[in-house]
Amino acid sequence: MPRKKITLENTIDSLSILDEKGKVDKKLEPKLSKDDLLKLFRAMTLARRYDERMLKLQRQGRIGTYGPALGQEAASLGPAFAIDESDWYVPSFREPAGMLYRGWPMARLMLWWGGNEIGATPLPKMNDMPISVPVASQIQYGAGIAWGLKLDGGDRVAVAFVGDGGTSEGDFHEGLNCAAAFGLPLVVVIQNNHWAISLPRHKQSASKTLAQKAIAYGIDGIQTDGNDILAMVEATREAVAKARKGGGPTLIEAVTYRMGVHTTADDPTKYRKDEEVEPWKPKDPLVRFWKYISDKGVLDEAGREQMEKEVTAQISEAVEASESYEPNLMEPFDHCFAERTPALEQQRAQFEAYLNGNGNGKASGSAPVSHSAVH
Amino acid sequence: MAMLNMAKALNLALREALAENDKAIILGQDVGYDEGVFRITEGLLKQFGEERVVDFPVAESAIIGLAIGLCVTGYTPICEMQFSGFGYHGFHQIESHATRLRNRTRGRFTCPMVIRMPYGGGIRAIEHHSESRETIWAHLPGMKVVIPSGPRNARALLRASIQDPDPVMFYEPKASYRAFREEVPDEPETMEIGKAQVVREGNDVTIISYGASMRPVLEAAEELEEDHGIDAELIDLLSLVPLDRDTINASVRKTGRCVVVHEAPKHIGPAAEVVAGIVEDSLLYLEAPIERVTGYDLVLPFFNSELPFMPDVRKVISATQKVLSF
Ligand SMILES: Cc1ncc(C[n+]2csc(CCOP(=O)(O)OP(=O)(O)O)c2C)c(N)n1
Ligand SMILES: [Mg+2]
Repeated sequence: MPRKKITLENTIDSLSILDEKGKVDKKLEPKLSKDDLLKLFRAMTLARRYDERMLKLQRQGRIGTYGPALGQEAASLGPAFAIDESDWYVPSFREPAGMLYRGWPMARLMLWWGGNEIGATPLPKMNDMPISVPVASQIQYGAGIAWGLKLDGGDRVAVAFVGDGGTSEGDFHEGLNCAAAFGLPLVVVIQNNHWAISLPRHKQSASKTLAQKAIAYGIDGIQTDGNDILAMVEATREAVAKARKGGGPTLIEAVTYRMGVHTTADDPTKYRKDEEVEPWKPKDPLVRFWKYISDKGVLDEAGREQMEKEVTAQISEAVEASESYEPNLMEPFDHCFAERTPALEQQRAQFEAYLNGNGNGKASGSAPVSHSAVH
Repeated sequence: MAMLNMAKALNLALREALAENDKAIILGQDVGYDEGVFRITEGLLKQFGEERVVDFPVAESAIIGLAIGLCVTGYTPICEMQFSGFGYHGFHQIESHATRLRNRTRGRFTCPMVIRMPYGGGIRAIEHHSESRETIWAHLPGMKVVIPSGPRNARALLRASIQDPDPVMFYEPKASYRAFREEVPDEPETMEIGKAQVVREGNDVTIISYGASMRPVLEAAEELEEDHGIDAELIDLLSLVPLDRDTINASVRKTGRCVVVHEAPKHIGPAAEVVAGIVEDSLLYLEAPIERVTGYDLVLPFFNSELPFMPDVRKVISATQKVLSF
């Protein structure tokens, strides 16, 4: 009964393809058509301008608290781009870039932050879960979705997102452990933006990297430059290809940075120095990708201006659509159960009477509002 | 005497606890450098240091689970769940250990911990930040549930909760954090847990509530008097466990009529327990069926629709009129 060493495979890769100066590593450069590059650039631009507009809308009191994803566009977009429509996208709350790319109507995202359930309602054919606030919870149902896909027998995969803070939750561990034990086609992307509200990454976990947690589960882990859209596309492509062939889950740690507030209710000056943010500014995912595609001649200044105009128009349209939406106050009684319980039937009648006596008449007894405006 | 809002009053109670009891430790997400997302722990890290005011990883189950171990080794953990909607991760440790450790070790180990969490709607918060789920905690044997309604009782009850030898769920009505200010005595004031307060005396009807719902109830009582000549007696329960049945009975026996108000869903909610107690103890004093004004048995809608789903002045008035016109 000697004491022996158990040797573990314990390295993880770190991947960076497009550096902050916009210089690409030719050997690693993923295959992307001109059309793909344009799509990616447009999606990143759209997400950036959306975020900026949302912050304005919040300041004007036109939506509620908002959690921006400024500077994290590549980390959520790359995986969305690398999967198919028939695959599943399981976001947390800092993935507007990926969600918009997947086809969420922008107006719906605005309505979510404006306090309306229609904002959590995917379009009928979308394989997308809605925004999820309870940190890390989505890793568990993401694993369940991957399980369902595996049982279906096809080669579809699920991609689920979590933050660096979320890796501390039991949900993260339990979900990943089970996904690994069952060999599920799940890709988990950690958006390591270095902060969980006020807790810096190094106080969140003693692990040198978050990707290395994969080793303990017996799966592959990779750390990527999360602000490098090419690395995000490439890392997800590899993970997805492996999962499609029955190779099980992968953990991707996208190293990025939370450029702004946690949410608009947060004041980062209380816990983080501006100096810490500075070095991340040149690492902006849009800046380097613009350099890359303009150097390649995919888009010129005029083309970019035109794109910006289109994006602005699209956002304004979404603002208008979201602001013309009126919730139907009776609707919650229709969606608690498939069939109302006797108690809910009674409460519904009481609520209707209350609304009718209310005098504000807002939605009392009115016909359900069509959702077409927010498609 | 200082005029404080509830946030400041809670802060005062925490500051006092850390100063008076060197075994007291505050643990929670963002309670240190950020001073709490509602600033309840303002200034505490600066005054007491990182060992007493601990910024925790995003792991609620660990906050409660580690706090149990701290209790066993003689410490007084004061846990903060950032929002009540995220306290459920802690449920397992609470139900499986915190509430039963005293019993299963025949008193050898105990859990004198406090778990603070902000609850309730009406502040335009995003999903999962608005529910009232006190019923869940009040159902656990071994767990006290304290719910303050104003700055003064918040401070005095938090002090009492921290001093209590058993686990206390201290459920904070976040809509009331900064809603109004009140005189809070300079000297450390402690209130006994489990005593309701008659906050307004009256003879026609008893209105019973607690927490954030006390505000519409108080307003309704004034309107009932001014506009309808109805003299309502108001009871602020202040704790659901223990429940002060003596104060409830005395009032209901006097007025013969009763309305119970809370934000939590109706089904098997605190009002149901209050009414059952009245039926058991004082049925023959009743002159009318009791009315409940509560949340519906629904998830509270997202904030753009939430207000009509919460108890309000008009609902309280019409329920009271119904009870009186029986
Ligand atoms: C279970 C749970 N606990 C607490 C919160 C409150 N909260 C919201 S975001 C957050 C920090 C999350 O940090 P991270 O996972 O790094 O994501 P980031 O916000 O940085 O994108 C916390 C504590 C929550 N939403 N869910
Ligand atoms: Mg983070």
